[in-house]
Amino acid sequence: MHELSIAMSIVDMAQEEAEQRDVKIDAVYLELGLLSGVVAEALLFSYEMACIGTRLEGSRLVVKEIPIEVYCPACKTKRILSSMQWFCCPECSTPTSEIIHGKELTITALEVRDECRTAPVGSA
Amino acid sequence: MSAEPRLLEVRKNVLKQNDVVARMLRERFHAQGTYVVSLVSSPGAGKTALLESILTLLQPQYRVAALVGDLATENDAIRLARSQAPVKQITTGTLCHLEAAMVDRALSGWDIGQLDFLFIENVGNLVCPSSYDLGENLRLVLLSVTEGEDKPLKYPTIFNSADIAVITKMDLAEAVEFDEESVKANIQAVRPGMRHFLVSAKTGAGLQEYLQFLTAQLAEFTQRMTV
Repeated sequence: MHELSIAMSIVDMAQEEAEQRDVKIDAVYLELGLLSGVVAEALLFSYEMACIGTRLEGSRLVVKEIPIEVYCPACKTKRILSSMQWFCCPECSTPTSEIIHGKELTITALEVRDECRTAPVGSA
Repeated sequence: MSAEPRLLEVRKNVLKQNDVVARMLRERFHAQGTYVVSLVSSPGAGKTALLESILTLLQPQYRVAALVGDLATENDAIRLARSQAPVKQITTGTLCHLEAAMVDRALSGWDIGQLDFLFIENVGNLVCPSSYDLGENLRLVLLSVTEGEDKPLKYPTIFNSADIAVITKMDLAEAVEFDEESVKANIQAVRPGMRHFLVSAKTGAGLQEYLQFLTAQLAEFTQRMTV
């Protein structure tokens, strides 16, 4: 299981961003390709642990799974695969290994708020 | 009361750090004319046995070396050292895969320019190594005949990240009723066009064909360099 080291990289990268921009991070948005070799469930579990003791403690990891998209040389168009055990065009069955999407492991956005340094006046 | 949350768009590849080191390694190997082959498989598929044969057979004509990754022990390095080739063990501790930075560190003190081939044996694991580029030119995935013909279907990601499949322990094929047609079909289902070799490190069957392929790859690589 390498999801913990991946989760730690995500936390490091997000933390660096938070420090640079002087913000607090509520959530990290991640695109995760089905061919990335990373399992979403294990990553979510690891993320919580990786956040402990960092500025991201208590933040959420929002994972968007990206399906495998290939180029079909016969149809001359992009197609989404329904199974990673069958690298063939779902329309015409032509085999293809030209992968366009599905290997993503990318942080796409951060949900942030400005750091409140002092307690606002009048707050209960 | 705290500030309203807002969405900040960023685009960062999580594996960027590894990819940067891998790219640097690849450029270095290319500049020095060293062809780098990595091996991935499940534990016990025969990576070390195949490598031992390959190192021994290549050595009369080619300068070869190997790095071997394992969680613990230096047993593989000791086995490979019998081939007389330079070998270094990378002990990963509890880490289930090699990363480009480990390869970079292990190469310190070696004159890469003196090598035609460098082999990198990854930790035995069919899951985690698939995500990490090591700067290699060619990634082999090994599958032994005792593992079951449906391995490619069970681990499509690693087969997809590899360039060539090597079916090992062919000397046991008959005993385990190995179905070659079925494994071929399964490899093609997850990686259309992938070439495969059938070998036995024990009897030497199939090794010559595989060696010819490797040396042809090196020749092509060297030719590309000089153009």
